[in-house]
Amino acid sequence: MAPILALVNLSKRFGAIVVANNVSVDVPRGQALGIIGPNGAGKTTLFGMVTGAVTPDAGRVAFNGADVTRLSPAQRCRLGVARSFQVPQPFGGMSVFENLLVAARMGAGLGAGEADRLCVETLERCGLWDHANRKAGSLTLLQRKRLELGRALASKPKLLLLDEVAGGLTEEECKSLVALVRAVKDSGVTIVWIEHVVHALIAVVDRLVVLHGGALIADGDPAQVIHSPEVAEIYMGIPADV
Amino acid sequence: MSAQAAHIETATRASRIGVVAIALALAALAAAPFLTDGANLSLLAQIYAYLALATLWNLLAGFSGLVSVGQHAWVGLGGYGLFALTIFGGLHPFAAIPVAGAVAALAAVPVAGLLFRLRGSYFAIGSWVVAEVMRLAASQISALGGGSGTSLPVRVVASIAASRQEREFAVYWSALALVVAILALTIWLLRSRWGLSLRAIHNNELAAVSNGVEVARVRLFVYVLTAAGTAMIGALIFLQKLRISPDAAFSVNDWTAFVIFITVIGGVGRIEGPVVGVVVFFVLRQTLADLGTIYLMMLGLVAILVMLKAPQGVWGLVADKWGVEIVPLQRRVIYAKSAPGEPASARKEEPKP
Repeated sequence: MAPILALVNLSKRFGAIVVANNVSVDVPRGQALGIIGPNGAGKTTLFGMVTGAVTPDAGRVAFNGADVTRLSPAQRCRLGVARSFQVPQPFGGMSVFENLLVAARMGAGLGAGEADRLCVETLERCGLWDHANRKAGSLTLLQRKRLELGRALASKPKLLLLDEVAGGLTEEECKSLVALVRAVKDSGVTIVWIEHVVHALIAVVDRLVVLHGGALIADGDPAQVIHSPEVAEIYMGIPADV
Repeated sequence: MSAQAAHIETATRASRIGVVAIALALAALAAAPFLTDGANLSLLAQIYAYLALATLWNLLAGFSGLVSVGQHAWVGLGGYGLFALTIFGGLHPFAAIPVAGAVAALAAVPVAGLLFRLRGSYFAIGSWVVAEVMRLAASQISALGGGSGTSLPVRVVASIAASRQEREFAVYWSALALVVAILALTIWLLRSRWGLSLRAIHNNELAAVSNGVEVARVRLFVYVLTAAGTAMIGALIFLQKLRISPDAAFSVNDWTAFVIFITVIGGVGRIEGPVVGVVVFFVLRQTLADLGTIYLMMLGLVAILVMLKAPQGVWGLVADKWGVEIVPLQRRVIYAKSAPGEPASARKEEPKP
């Protein structure tokens, strides 16, 4: 069976800066893949190319066996690619419930009744049901991060891209978020997760890749990758805290 | 407590009372021809026209973020459409109104293709330029009187109704029907998936796109729809006036500035806004219009005061203070045995698994 996501020889440069240099990765169905790398390594740009927000200079993106390189972000979302943003991007003037409804109706393409049910379920799943009718703009950071995740889930994704959902949270908050991501993974959704909070990442992912200068420099079992000499060198001798 | 015990509601207590009040008001307004004289009817029909124009501009600018200052393009096109269709096409005036709307919808597609390349204030100025081009084009049509305009021929006027009074009644009722239809359509639209998409785009375009919203398609749809509605109102306005000229039909003052004034005073981005705004506008006009230029200065003053002191408009002020929504758009989740809006701290943070 074709991998759910296949990146084939992706390259992208912004002016003189190479942010993706011939990157190829296959993500099998149901896997949780972690991506780490220093700032500016090209992690978020890679997500951009998967969702369609960034057009690669060369290479192609295949989703579920079909080439989606030329599809718009909205089209890819409807096929089942959902993302959370590093800096939460709520529809600030709309209620939390309506934020989810956008994803359920436009992303998942559900009718009004089905969308209502899915969003009520998702609110509960993400611990946001208390805030259903509040304006999303009035949420705290943790709640916004939960909303990012909830909205992505409300589009019924087959592939979920998480961009630093654990950053800026307290230890307690981080723990409850990790539990949520693990539950999503257990429900069969494929996950690709960019994260600087490595211990949160390691607690969930099956596989870890390291991006540096737009190139893939390590790929494999999370415990092994995190202790590899390449990673130690990139992080300038700072031992990764696992 | 489980979230399964939740249901979804749009209506509020105020909106349930509102529905009854609106129904009673409509009944009274529909009976107005039998209760009042021709001058008042004509005034009411003008109010309806402005209410419809403001509602459409609100849909475009307030809900979709497409701030057009060139809506007089569509009023003028609708007016000229009516004259051309009845004089050259031999159409009955009431049949010409929807046809003029359809013509505007067709014309709006290439115009949107042009304007949507522009953003923000460039879009606004671009929309004005389009209206100017249309005004100049209209002044070149010599069969419709060129720059000085023309009157609706007697045979066309006579085809509306047998007597003057019946004609006034017919025009009044069609204005009422049209504004009710436009309001109802706008409310339905804003509660549908289109409205959800519009508000999502207006709130955060990046997030809208990555949640499956086809931004270009949604914007085109709303632009074409408002152009058609605006043109139909334009046709009706000039059917009432019985005379058209390029300067009157494509007047930025009458059909864009006043319309924006009404919406801003009432409350941008709220269905109730234009209704409140149109009342304020006509009260000011009826009481101050004799003062000439001072009237316009007063309008400007009111606009400046509202924008400084209550940027959410008169209705926005009321709605935010007392939490009233006569026409709610939000789908609210109501949990059993708990009051909506109860502070989160009053309940447990996590639901039981």
